[in-house]
Amino acid sequence: MASVCSFLPDLLCKFPAIDDTTIRMIRKSVDEGFKALVRTYTNAIDVLVQPLQVFLNFLENLFVSSPWIVILAAMVAIVYYGSRDMRITIGTIVSMLLIGLVGLWNDTMVTLAMVTVCTLIAILVGIPIGILMARSERAQSVINPILDVMQTMPSFVYLIPVVMIFGIGKVPGLIAVVIYAVPPMIRLTNLGIRLVDKEVLEAADAFGSSQWQRLKNVQIPLALPTIMAGINQTIMMSLAMVVVASMVGVGGLGLQRAAGDQQPVLHRRLLQRFRARGDRHHF
Amino acid sequence: MASHAIEVKNLYKIFGPRGRDFVDQVKTGLGKTELNEKHGHVLGLQDINISMPAGGVMVVMGLSGSGKSTLIRHINRLIDPTAGEVLYDGVDVCKMSENDLREFRRHKTAMVFQKFALLPHRTIIENTVYGLEIQGVPEAESRKRAQGWIERVGLKGFENHYPNQLSGGMQQRVGLARALTNDADILLMDEAYSALDPLIRVDMQTVLLDLQKELKKTVVFITHDLDEALRLGDKIAILRDGKVIQQGTGQDIVLKPADEYITAFVKEVNRGRVINVETIMKPLSGNPEGVPVTIGTVLESAARMMTVANQNVAHVVDANGKPVGSIDLGTIISAMVTPISHQLQAA
Repeated sequence: MASVCSFLPDLLCKFPAIDDTTIRMIRKSVDEGFKALVRTYTNAIDVLVQPLQVFLNFLENLFVSSPWIVILAAMVAIVYYGSRDMRITIGTIVSMLLIGLVGLWNDTMVTLAMVTVCTLIAILVGIPIGILMARSERAQSVINPILDVMQTMPSFVYLIPVVMIFGIGKVPGLIAVVIYAVPPMIRLTNLGIRLVDKEVLEAADAFGSSQWQRLKNVQIPLALPTIMAGINQTIMMSLAMVVVASMVGVGGLGLQRAAGDQQPVLHRRLLQRFRARGDRHHF
Repeated sequence: MASHAIEVKNLYKIFGPRGRDFVDQVKTGLGKTELNEKHGHVLGLQDINISMPAGGVMVVMGLSGSGKSTLIRHINRLIDPTAGEVLYDGVDVCKMSENDLREFRRHKTAMVFQKFALLPHRTIIENTVYGLEIQGVPEAESRKRAQGWIERVGLKGFENHYPNQLSGGMQQRVGLARALTNDADILLMDEAYSALDPLIRVDMQTVLLDLQKELKKTVVFITHDLDEALRLGDKIAILRDGKVIQQGTGQDIVLKPADEYITAFVKEVNRGRVINVETIMKPLSGNPEGVPVTIGTVLESAARMMTVANQNVAHVVDANGKPVGSIDLGTIISAMVTPISHQLQAA
């Protein structure tokens, strides 16, 4: 390398990075600016996330304090209604019973509440954004790279700023999970709407549908299978991320899992893995 | 509710981001190929002037790429023109505001599509009420009206089936019922029967002709099939490369093809089903002889009547039964055979 460099001016050989002192200054001002921002808006942020906190607590209380048999019955009913498949239903019962037997029922309920709230938020946020993207090329060209960043960035990287803004607790965990789980919802809603048969859309226009009628009667119903696939992905990703979010104070199975990492006891970790699988079945 | 004529005037469509800039050049002779090669724009329609008869069937015929589907989409403005006017009842559809256009589409037009374009998640009855539903007609009322049309097109008993449970021909009947339920003056049919089997197609043509006898809507029918055009059309316009090369009645086109392209087309046509007796009759000399044949009867039917009656001559009568001319079998046969001049031109 050195031999090549001898033919070239220094500037083109070694990348002219900004020097350390300047970098340090930039870093400091960014940090301080950020901190000042957070400090100024602390109250506003708290008010903003209050409803999330309330909803999450409510659901968690409901799941944890209800008798296990009620929860199990509700679950079985949902699974059977959704799948119409006896095998999946029995599988659910067996795995839930095993979870209960190994003493992780309460943790599972906490996780379940978390995943439910995250999924609901992801759907609520994701579908409108997906629709917006499908309707406007410009929106798509702006949002797509943002989604790319959200999906490529390791979750730990944005977990830290989220904690800086919202502090330690359930809500920052929730927000981190939603950031992680919402991209497939947005992408698949967009894709589903874009794939709707052009002739059917033309027919809807020819009969004089308004934009809303066209969305409600044609685009959403025809995109529904793809949107459902998006919801499925979102649930899976929420579940995966809840484990990571346990590091910032989200309770439930993730906490067990984090503890398990510190004491590598094989049977414990195996049980947790098994349970994580069982959880997925409920959706 | 009387139907009105549709007037298409000086209509141009140039596809591409700067279509408007090229209209003048096209008017002064820039061709389709040149426009595409030099400027990357596609000439869709060029100086279209058609007057579509009120309460009649206007057929626009052309091969694929001739611009016929583009033309029909200008009537309800699914496609915006680059220049020109589409007048219905004195109003230019192309200048309507978004709201007026929506109202126009809801109440004045209904469309039937080549690939049916039914909503797959809705049953037949739910598809049929679609037009009324978006107009805000109460459900009970719209269901009642839709039910009537479902029965008229012969789909009674299938109301609660889904489109994918029906054959192509049946799906298109749903498409037709959906359009008719709207009770609009204008019925736009974009290659509505092109995807159907020949026998079912003829069947559906009969359905349309029977309905049209009582409904008297202004129908615009797009097809690439000359036989279909001749059977349905009160007036026919033939499109090629975005230009109208001939328009007139079926007889006009078969008897006086404007150029070799149309000659080649009409060569294969069964003239006996297109040409009427009054076109070839001779003035009445002496007493009316043989069987009476009403004006408007096609040659094939006249020949059949004469052979059944075992006579070589017949006289033509008008709607009131008054004799107006005479014909004989020899004249009929020579008119039914493609003239030698056409054969040569086409070859």
